[in-house]
Amino acid sequence: MSITGKTYWRGFRDGAPFILVIAPFGLLFGVVATEAGFNLLETMSMTVLVIAGAAQFAAVQMLVDNAPVVVIVLTGLAINLRMAMYSASLTPHLGKAPLWQRALIAYTLVDQAYGVSIAKYEAEPDMPLPRKIAYYFGVITPIVPLWYGSTMLGALAGSAIPDEYALDFAIPITFLALVAPALRSLPHVAAAVVSVLVALLLNGLPYNLGLLVAAVLAMMTGAKLEKWQGERT
Amino acid sequence: MSHTDIWLTIVFLALGTWLLRFSFLGLIGARRLPDWVMRHLRYVPVAVMPGLIAPLVVWPQATGGHLDPARLMAAATALFIGAYFKSVIGSILGGMATLYLALYLVG
Repeated sequence: MSITGKTYWRGFRDGAPFILVIAPFGLLFGVVATEAGFNLLETMSMTVLVIAGAAQFAAVQMLVDNAPVVVIVLTGLAINLRMAMYSASLTPHLGKAPLWQRALIAYTLVDQAYGVSIAKYEAEPDMPLPRKIAYYFGVITPIVPLWYGSTMLGALAGSAIPDEYALDFAIPITFLALVAPALRSLPHVAAAVVSVLVALLLNGLPYNLGLLVAAVLAMMTGAKLEKWQGERT
Repeated sequence: MSHTDIWLTIVFLALGTWLLRFSFLGLIGARRLPDWVMRHLRYVPVAVMPGLIAPLVVWPQATGGHLDPARLMAAATALFIGAYFKSVIGSILGGMATLYLALYLVG
């Protein structure tokens, strides 16, 4: 096997453990969307076209609340803003790939694909471009099809799940699970606390404006504290 | 919730999300962003998601917007497991297990 082929399979093996995260999450999305009133085509279209779990859960929740579409889309994009950071961070490594490959990389740029790939690129920055690309596509090979498949299973099982399972609360729990590991420093915790307090205080504002204000204030809190910490040390 | 709304959400969210992912990789190239921009961007996840969750935890729909001890305990468990063990799946399972146990015990 060529060295590039070996690198692809290395990526595949490094991406494989995330099956444990992706499968239950996809399953849950299928169930929640179906419970909310999505038909199979709608659930699958969202999962295949958006492939961003957290934003999908938020969108479903807000559709159930009858929020205006503009607000739903903006909120979903606010949640996905981190992906622009991923894109920025991968550019020095993959920026010279052919356009169609960059377009495909962008489409599949989920949290796990980014996390695994950037760790590899930072460990081996001198890896030639074709191998970096092969590695990336290796990582997403076990992840992306499984996301589609598990959502489909969840959607098919969804309507068979009774209310007693309190799946209404699966969404907040899943968000908590995604964000809690990111609370790794004082500025991160402070930003999260500001976000919670402002969002609760401004909950009455229309169009989810409270959340937008909370997010901006929380980002400023995190950035300020980080700068202040850096200046002290 | 109308099916038109669902489809509009799907189309625009899909397009916007792809553009966010493509942004730098596709258009900006290898130029670096100013440090102050990167510093703010680093806090995007912890600035957006907690504010999104908080009202759902404090005023859950399923209880008609009343504070619910079972759901509060479940959220606390998920937060603790996620923050302490850095495990997404552990946090989801722990949170849901706490919720079921608490709903079973409290009723």
